[in-house]
Amino acid sequence: MATHFVIDGLKAAIEGKEILKGINLEIKGGEIHAIMGPNGTGKSTLASALMGHPKYEVTEGSAFLDGEDLLEMGVDERARAGLFLAMQYPSEIPGVTNSDFLRSAINARREEGSEISLIKFIRQMEGKMKALEMNPEFAHRYLNEGFSGGEKKRNEILQMTLLDPKIVVLDEIDSGLDIDALKIVSKGVNEMRSEDRGFLIITHYQRLLNYITPDFVHVMMQGRIVKSGGPELAERLENEGYDWVKEELGIVDETVGQA
Amino acid sequence: MSTQLSTPTDRQSAEALSRSKNEPNWLVDLRGEAAELAGTLEWPKPEKVKIERWNLIAVGSYDQAAPANAITDLPEVVRELVAEGTENLVIQQNSSPVWTQLSAELAAKGVIFTDLETACKEHGDLVKPYLFQAVAKDEDKLTALHAALWNGGVFVYVPRNIEVEIPLQAILFNTKAEASFAPHIVIVAESNSRVTYVDYVVTEPGAVTEPFVYHSVVEVYVKSGAHVRFGSIHHLGGSGVDLTVRRAIIENDGVMEWVLGDLSDGSTLSDTKSVLKGNGSQSDAKVISIGKNAQQMSLTTQAVHFGLRSDSNMVTRAVMKDSASAIINGITKIEKGATKANGVQTEKVLMLSPKARGDANPILLIDEDDVTAGHAASVGQVNPEQVYYLMSRGISKQNAERLVIYGFLAPVVSEIPIDAVREQLEKLLVRKLEG
Ligand SMILES: Nc1ncnc2c1ncn2[C@@H]1O[C@H](COP(=O)(O)OP(=O)(O)OP(=O)(O)O)[C@@H](O)[C@H]1O
Ligand SMILES: [Mg+2]
Repeated sequence: MATHFVIDGLKAAIEGKEILKGINLEIKGGEIHAIMGPNGTGKSTLASALMGHPKYEVTEGSAFLDGEDLLEMGVDERARAGLFLAMQYPSEIPGVTNSDFLRSAINARREEGSEISLIKFIRQMEGKMKALEMNPEFAHRYLNEGFSGGEKKRNEILQMTLLDPKIVVLDEIDSGLDIDALKIVSKGVNEMRSEDRGFLIITHYQRLLNYITPDFVHVMMQGRIVKSGGPELAERLENEGYDWVKEELGIVDETVGQA
Repeated sequence: MSTQLSTPTDRQSAEALSRSKNEPNWLVDLRGEAAELAGTLEWPKPEKVKIERWNLIAVGSYDQAAPANAITDLPEVVRELVAEGTENLVIQQNSSPVWTQLSAELAAKGVIFTDLETACKEHGDLVKPYLFQAVAKDEDKLTALHAALWNGGVFVYVPRNIEVEIPLQAILFNTKAEASFAPHIVIVAESNSRVTYVDYVVTEPGAVTEPFVYHSVVEVYVKSGAHVRFGSIHHLGGSGVDLTVRRAIIENDGVMEWVLGDLSDGSTLSDTKSVLKGNGSQSDAKVISIGKNAQQMSLTTQAVHFGLRSDSNMVTRAVMKDSASAIINGITKIEKGATKANGVQTEKVLMLSPKARGDANPILLIDEDDVTAGHAASVGQVNPEQVYYLMSRGISKQNAERLVIYGFLAPVVSEIPIDAVREQLEKLLVRKLEG
């Protein structure tokens, strides 16, 4: 079955404050959707609510991945069902090496007794690291600890390529990346494009979309998707900013949840 | 609540026991004086822990075990700890040594490695100047009681310029609550010598269910340019009290390394001090501890600097489960005149349950201007953001927490310089964390 991800009327609150006010979005395998929008409009909240961050409470709506109700699942089950979120701010975990972590993540998807062999794992990891032009040393460093902003982002992409997800959410994967790294990361994403995989790319900048051409572009304001279009919408936003969208829709304050 | 009323020994019985073991007169006298002192001195008073509330009466009586004919005669808990092919091994069962072995090669170099009771008889001239010098018998009721009643023990003597490559190993274990279990350990490393000593202090699982008190004193003398590595893992049964005082005196350019795993299951007092007497002396202490059930722990590391350019580093990491509590003290004292000394310490506690308690007290006492010193301390719980991040990659909650907990200890455990200790510690950590 081709990948099919449907978000319907999703509302979510943090500390009792409603941030997502009804998100509708459908992503099919092979499609790339981009979400743009000013700061503080709920983009990361959408990503966290989908992943199941404990601080975010979904109050209404649903999210189904290939007919499976994601919102009924724990965070780890969502991941194993095929959801991957490259976080805007990845956590640092002292004392846990990147390679131990990656191996645990891969084995979490396998039956007990059929864990990946160490040799096979190392070969896979080293191959993917090479493709992302990561220094092999990063395998032995503690997970994200002391990584630069760009190194953390590259490490998120490494995880994505090793875990083979069905729906990939990239939250500002381009922030902190230099131009060369942007190209390498984009190449990594493009190589993952397939009929069984859908992407939701949160970004502020057209430049990422120059490398990864989206099929759909959505604008988020006030915790909703207020406008959708094709790649040309992103270009217009890059050139003209958000004022025209706000004017068109009669929005004065685009943020959400600010008291 | 029980209050300590009596002292579990007196001069007559301490001296009588000593004589019955054919100990030299100077030792009989030392024990008698100590027993008298024990009647008047107070128990030590570590920060925020009232050890008088622990059952300190159950010191037991002397119990002579039959020497072992072969390692295979000893219980599983001991056999699994014996380093493969080791020729340098001292084993104490309850109150007495049951095995002592030293390779001919080391013996030929003048190295002494035997139980301390034997050493007092056979090498009295060597032992006497050191016994109860780093730790005085009249410091408090604990040291006095121990001086009166210590048994078995270990004596390590490494002559000048001799380097002992392979770790000397001791296993100290108990099998019954009513037996006195009180090893005293003396290590003397002469100038420019080098030695690694490792001991394991354990209870035979399931064998000891009644209260017992383990009391032990360790004295290490690091002479000029000598280097001593001391590794010790304690894993005594939950019905016991573990009272251990360790001290090293480090001369010019001497190096002392402590690696300690405080994993006993009962109330624990562990106090480890390096006295950096010599110029350029160095000390490094790494302490790992796990607390479970309702156990109380007082873990102290200390460095006292006298020498110029002396350097100390102390790290303690503890994980507290259930309703266990740990008071962790780090004391760096730099005396006037210890110019260019450097003292650093870190204490971190990770609490795995809302009922667990952890308290880290870094203390810097500095009486000299031209020095550097630093400390860091933290007490916290498993960070839910970290668990979320790991789970978002498909790792179960249980495994995510496990990764975070082992990750908390790993930076210290991975730096342990003695392979055998690191490996045993990793094994025991798993047992205590997941048991
Ligand atoms: N943990 C939190 N606690 C309190 N408020 C929060 C929390 N997370 C998000 N919010 C609030 O929710 C609103 C939306 O935040 P969100 O991170 O989703 O914005 P965003 O669109 O991703 O912004 P940016 O482009 O700056 O990343 C903001 O007002 C933010 O302050
Ligand atoms: Mg964001």
